[in-house]
Amino acid sequence: MLSRTADSLYWVSRYVERAEYLARILDATTRLTNLPTTYGGAGTEWQSAVLTAGCEEAFAKAYGEANERNVCDFLTFNPDNPSSIRNCLAQARSNARAVRTALTSEMWDALNGAWLELQRFEKKRMDREEFARFLDWVKNVSLVFDGSAYRTMLRDDSYWFSRLGVYLERADNTARILDVKYHVLLPADEQVGGSLDYFQWTTVLREVSALTAYHWVYREAVKPILVADLLVLNRRMPRSLAACYENISRFLDALGDAYGRQGAAQRQARKTLASLSNTRIDDVFVHGLHEFIEEFITENNRLGHTIFEQYLQ
Amino acid sequence: MVAFDEMTGSGTELRPAYAALDRWLKEAPPEMLALRRSQAELFFRRIGITFAVYGDEESTERLIPFDIIPRVLTKPEWTKLEAGLRQRVTALNMFLADVYGPKECLKAGIIPPDLVYRNACYQLEMVDFKVPHDIYCHIAGIDVVRVDADTFYVLEDNARTPSGVSYMMENREVMLRLFPELFSTHRVAPVDNYPDQLLATLRSVAPRSSSSDPTICLLTPGQYNSAFYEHSFLADKLGVELVEGSDLLVKDDVVYMRTTQGPKRVDVIYRRIDDDFIDPLAFRSDSVLGVPGIIGAYKAGNVTLANAVGTGVADDKAVYSYMPEIVKFFTGEEPILKNVPTYRCREPEANAYVLDNLEKLVVKEVNGSGGYGMLVGPHANKAQIETFRRKLKASPEGFIAQPTLALSTCPTFVASGVAPRHVDLRPYVLSGANGISCVPGGLTRVALKEGSLVVNSSQGGGTKDTWVLDA
Repeated sequence: MLSRTADSLYWVSRYVERAEYLARILDATTRLTNLPTTYGGAGTEWQSAVLTAGCEEAFAKAYGEANERNVCDFLTFNPDNPSSIRNCLAQARSNARAVRTALTSEMWDALNGAWLELQRFEKKRMDREEFARFLDWVKNVSLVFDGSAYRTMLRDDSYWFSRLGVYLERADNTARILDVKYHVLLPADEQVGGSLDYFQWTTVLREVSALTAYHWVYREAVKPILVADLLVLNRRMPRSLAACYENISRFLDALGDAYGRQGAAQRQARKTLASLSNTRIDDVFVHGLHEFIEEFITENNRLGHTIFEQYLQ
Repeated sequence: MVAFDEMTGSGTELRPAYAALDRWLKEAPPEMLALRRSQAELFFRRIGITFAVYGDEESTERLIPFDIIPRVLTKPEWTKLEAGLRQRVTALNMFLADVYGPKECLKAGIIPPDLVYRNACYQLEMVDFKVPHDIYCHIAGIDVVRVDADTFYVLEDNARTPSGVSYMMENREVMLRLFPELFSTHRVAPVDNYPDQLLATLRSVAPRSSSSDPTICLLTPGQYNSAFYEHSFLADKLGVELVEGSDLLVKDDVVYMRTTQGPKRVDVIYRRIDDDFIDPLAFRSDSVLGVPGIIGAYKAGNVTLANAVGTGVADDKAVYSYMPEIVKFFTGEEPILKNVPTYRCREPEANAYVLDNLEKLVVKEVNGSGGYGMLVGPHANKAQIETFRRKLKASPEGFIAQPTLALSTCPTFVASGVAPRHVDLRPYVLSGANGISCVPGGLTRVALKEGSLVVNSSQGGGTKDTWVLDA
């Protein structure tokens, strides 16, 4: 297939995944800030949302203070933020349009419909309730798009490239949450903050839609080390780094088999997957959670670049 | 000016081809027609969604109105028209091979040399370069209008990158779904084999160096081009890659497309990019749409471009006026299709006549297209006429003039019911190594405003399905 087609399929999925992720951050942050201060954090939740979204520089340029209004505006409809929900959906649709015939009609309908609907939301004045509805809607767009891809695409290279986009973006998102929130997961914090951090931990879980899953997996109260275990190493958890890499490796192998050639991307993904498989969460903490996550983000970006060089240019 | 009506002739008879349709129209309640029309529009939006992106602000305008009453041609009418089209396109290709080769027609004085040499579309790059099988214009769209039962005029030859064929196919698709009963009472020649014929045509002109299974692609300027949906539609139907300039690269005079499995050699390019933009090294250096070096590969014989570079010299309006002589010179036959009588303003006598009769004539710029730079005398006011009079005196060679034609009318479903509206017809003619093919019919465009002669979609024109009855 054309490299440009593969590139567009890959980015369509990445942008949709990112839009969902932004909606989750905003949803979880709103919840956290609504708590009485005695339960809550340091009042830096909105700043932390900007960090988690990975757009602190652009935000600092556009606004002074990180408060609810500024951050929500910046992350949802701001046309100047390349990673606002609006621009993610616009980019997804524009990429989809360029390769219209490589998508199934269901996938196209999901994106085109979302784009039309988005313009209706954009015109509304939103109160909190409407805003919550909007965030739910964004998550739903991603579910519908993802479901359409899963249910209607041929299992060939176009499907594999679109899946690679999903999982690279998802791995990056989960890692970013950990990167910003790692300090509340450190054992030292338990002594300092005690149960005050409980709501920080549940917020992290909510951001990756894993609060219920946590209880099913560990069957005990929320503990930071287990939260980290779930998000980093647990393959049953669909947004964990290990699960993402299991999929990345699998789809890269499918490409390698179909094309009859393995390359740097396959080797790199396998290496990361192996290292995640051979690690225990205790080792991660001994090594330093922060360093581990930073390394992972760098590696993940590097793989994105390798995939680009190998297939998409 | 009473126009010939496709259904009733001079208005009193019922022409046989429309007999069954007339019965059906008389029985059909207007509400049913209105319902079907809205279903047709819905259907268009839905299947159209594959290429007409109606989510854009500008794109609702891209849905060209569709009229549900078909335009019907009988087999004998079509047979004659088709023979004329074949002859015309044969001559066009021979003319192009000649002006870029031996120039016999210039030597014989068939056409003034400056009309060729000073033509902006005459490409020096093509001089003495032999294209595969001497075919330049692989895909032609010949605009014809009808003035009476027996006479079709050619209004314009489109020899560069004619568009609209996707409408021809989608119109039929919609009609088949909405009016199955009409297709059981009429034997309508199919058009859905057009992509197969196009693919066969493109394959047949692959360079000698290519394998027996040549790689073909369709080159588009990209999604912001107004015809992008057609490009995407055709690539899909042809089963070939839809590429943009940046998807192609040229190495050692060979064209490759960038694929996920590395560079893949390309043999034939159906290009929907104009000459000027196709290669920044050969033509406009500011073009970002094209492929640097592609002309080098073309001239090395490693890739075929369809249509060839430089075909624009054949569909120029001044050259058009010489087409009857060109057809005769190259085919040795009398032209089957007439030209609209044309006054070449470069000739002093003709210009004098034009200046005296501006209010009766249509005056066109030689290099204009799409209805721009045009004076329609009977519909113009004094000031417009005087502006053109000045232009004509200043540079007569830039203009031609034609009498206002009474385009035929065809029953059309409009707000007031079924009423006659003026139509034209663009059949698509394919030329390959194995000869010429032409699917029966083509795209009928209709001027939806009462009395209007302008069928262009930008000015309120719509389209109709075109039926050629097999018996």
